[in-house]
Amino acid sequence: MGFIVAQLLTGMANASALFLVASGLSIIFGVTRVVNFAHGSFYMLGAFVAYSAMQVLPGFIGFWASILLAGLAVGLIGLIVEVCVLKPIYKSPELYQLVATFGVILVIQDLALLVWGPEDLIGKRAPGFEGVVMILGERVPAYDLVLIAFAVIVLCALWYLFNRTRAGVLVRAATQDREMVSALGVNQSILFTAVFFLGSFLAGIGGAAQLPKGGADLLMDFNILAAVFVVVVIGGMGSIIGAFVAAMLISILQVFGVHLLPQSTLVLMFVVMAVVLVFRPWGLFGREEQAGEHGGAGPPQEPLRELSGRGRLVVAAVIGALALVPVFGGQFGTVLFADVIIFCLFAASLHYILGIGGLVSFGHAAFYGGGAYTAALLVQYAGTPMELALLLAPLGAGFAAMIIGWFCVRLSGVYFAMLTLAFAQVLWSIVFQWTDLTGGDDGILGVWPSQWASDPVVYYYLVLVLGTGGVLLLRAMAHTPFGYALRGARDSALRSEAIGMNVQFIQWMSFVFAGAMAGLAGGLFVFAKGSVFPTELEIAKSFDALIMVFLGGVQSLSGPIAGASVFTLLQDLLSRFEYWRLCLGLLIIAIVILFPGGIAGAGNWMRSRFSRAEVSS
Amino acid sequence: MSFLQVRNLAKSFGGVQAVADVSFDLGKGELLALIGPNGAGKSTCFNLLYGNLRPDSGSVKLDGLELIGLKPRRIWRHGVGRTFQITATYGSMSVVENVQMALISDAGQSIRAYGRASNLHRDKALSLLDLVGMADQADRATNVLAYGDLKRLELAIALAHDPKLMLMDEPTAGMAPRERLALMALTANIVADRGVAVLFTEHDMDVVFEHAHRALVLNRGKLLAEGSVDEVRANAAVQEVYLGGGTTFGEGGA
Repeated sequence: MGFIVAQLLTGMANASALFLVASGLSIIFGVTRVVNFAHGSFYMLGAFVAYSAMQVLPGFIGFWASILLAGLAVGLIGLIVEVCVLKPIYKSPELYQLVATFGVILVIQDLALLVWGPEDLIGKRAPGFEGVVMILGERVPAYDLVLIAFAVIVLCALWYLFNRTRAGVLVRAATQDREMVSALGVNQSILFTAVFFLGSFLAGIGGAAQLPKGGADLLMDFNILAAVFVVVVIGGMGSIIGAFVAAMLISILQVFGVHLLPQSTLVLMFVVMAVVLVFRPWGLFGREEQAGEHGGAGPPQEPLRELSGRGRLVVAAVIGALALVPVFGGQFGTVLFADVIIFCLFAASLHYILGIGGLVSFGHAAFYGGGAYTAALLVQYAGTPMELALLLAPLGAGFAAMIIGWFCVRLSGVYFAMLTLAFAQVLWSIVFQWTDLTGGDDGILGVWPSQWASDPVVYYYLVLVLGTGGVLLLRAMAHTPFGYALRGARDSALRSEAIGMNVQFIQWMSFVFAGAMAGLAGGLFVFAKGSVFPTELEIAKSFDALIMVFLGGVQSLSGPIAGASVFTLLQDLLSRFEYWRLCLGLLIIAIVILFPGGIAGAGNWMRSRFSRAEVSS
Repeated sequence: MSFLQVRNLAKSFGGVQAVADVSFDLGKGELLALIGPNGAGKSTCFNLLYGNLRPDSGSVKLDGLELIGLKPRRIWRHGVGRTFQITATYGSMSVVENVQMALISDAGQSIRAYGRASNLHRDKALSLLDLVGMADQADRATNVLAYGDLKRLELAIALAHDPKLMLMDEPTAGMAPRERLALMALTANIVADRGVAVLFTEHDMDVVFEHAHRALVLNRGKLLAEGSVDEVRANAAVQEVYLGGGTTFGEGGA
């Protein structure tokens, strides 16, 4: 009994920081509809700032003053991010802000490295709560109890703020219908900024409060990000009490999971989220999302046109130039551009489901990595030749997409995104933990092309043919009735059902197709590198693909190609600098602000400017 | 037996009885108006008939076939076309492509993964657009159309699979008065030519009295009156609902 109570308390203490961060994210999303990837970074900054403040401020008062100070400092940083980075792009297409916040993550990572150095910092014990308390014969750290109380106090304070103050009521009103709130004369711009400040403040004190327990390090941002998203989704987007209950639920399950089934810990919360979403698609305390209410829809999309003669010429020229890479680029260029082509295919496959289908998947790496592992496992255990493995890689990924998609297409919007993320994470943890089969963290080595393609140049041409073939197939598919039906389902599911189309089936099959094409990219990747590791299935990989698609421009078929090329080449170019993340992050933010329609959107804009200039001259 | 037979349809949301015990018949070639003040339950009625909502009780038979429990896409396959109060069209496609999609779906080609969708059934789509007077806008982007044109496009889409019954929820809302009458005249012609049965809701009484063969009056979910437009117009209960029955204006005053 004592053991169970002690575990329960540990879980609740762990939940404390998680709740603080998640409630901040939830408030920000609820009002601004921005999915703030950088929220984990705010949490990390809170820990670092509090650490520094505690070096200076002594004693009991100093400790709590440092936590408050950290919250205020991070709130201020959040405010700056909102004003400088997000304000200019609120009118951009839905979820475009993701890319900007991803840039912020990179910038903060390097800034934190610059200021606080690479070593993990160990937080001071909280003055007055250094010891342990005996509860039912078990030793429980006193600070755990403080953390639990702290979370409850914050919960009550937030409840008071949102239910008893004018500002709080406005925020709740904006969560339900921000257009109406702005029609009633509320300054939406100030409201957004204030909400961002509050959300960042909460993340900051979350990071600061957990300092005596967990310290501060440079991996904190990504480590908490997934858990925070899970908590927000289980609780229901925009619901504070939901975030509290979900944080408790997840943390307590996690603590018991460690004892009962240690292998479960990496995936437990994602399984819980998947189960909740299947039964309550909008979370425990959330409300059903109305179509079209999330995010600025951006300018309406133009009808697809067939490529003009000049367009075909450009495509042919690009392929021709790629074919000349081994001649002029040397070995380095050949390897680099093989990567570029593979990522173009990966990004184009995500764009098919995301741009054309309007289904934002956060877990597309499941199919890229799925294809890579399908090929690698076949080679490893069945001695499958490369040709067959490259054929089976998309089939394996497509099969995974069939199972995952069946669940996911029942949801939409952010909930669809989160469920795809959950499934991808489940797949990752299976691969990571099933060491006997997959080699776990050590990966699978020695997956090389067949004899005839073993020369890097020959393999490059294979990648060129299959990669561009895949991209062109995706493009052609967008013009078929199947692709049109998918686009129709995005534009108006109501209309599609009213003219006899099975929207979910069409979305499901499109998901499978997109997954299979990502699998082909993964298959090509594994033979290019000769090995595969679980990183190919990671969340970060899915995010890479998202960044490429959004950076390139969602509204154009050529967007993902431009985005993948620019992103891959920039990463390669900048990774030689010490603070490359800072450079890349700033560049991404600059691109996002300067070209709200993505790189391809900027191209279209320049073309129209150019042709107008021609007419007027 | 009539072509469309609706019996004892009922639906409540929480404590609100949105539709209560509604029964009516609709014959082929008949243009039946469903009218009533705001909140009378007209749109709910439509959503029940088209499978967007499931009724608490009641039956809807089309040519003897029970429609309750079928999804909208199945109901469409049984020859029912629909236009929406707030237009539902594909904004990222051209006007003609919107109609083509309905034709593609009718031909069972919506998951065909080869060939260009924009080449399929284009001629038939153009002739449907011609029918509603939209042929000159066929290749414009749908997202730039005026609202009245969107309504006409919806009519063309609804006609695509030669429906036997059309459900039109406020087909003329948002149009200029002259356009309204023109659109309903067009609809009336189509009804006469093709023998389609049409059930429509409408707020514009000019449109109703000019073209409807019969009218149903709903109030607070209940069927208040039914009959020819003249009968309905003369009905005291209907006048009370529309003009207010002395609850707001004192009777002794004037």
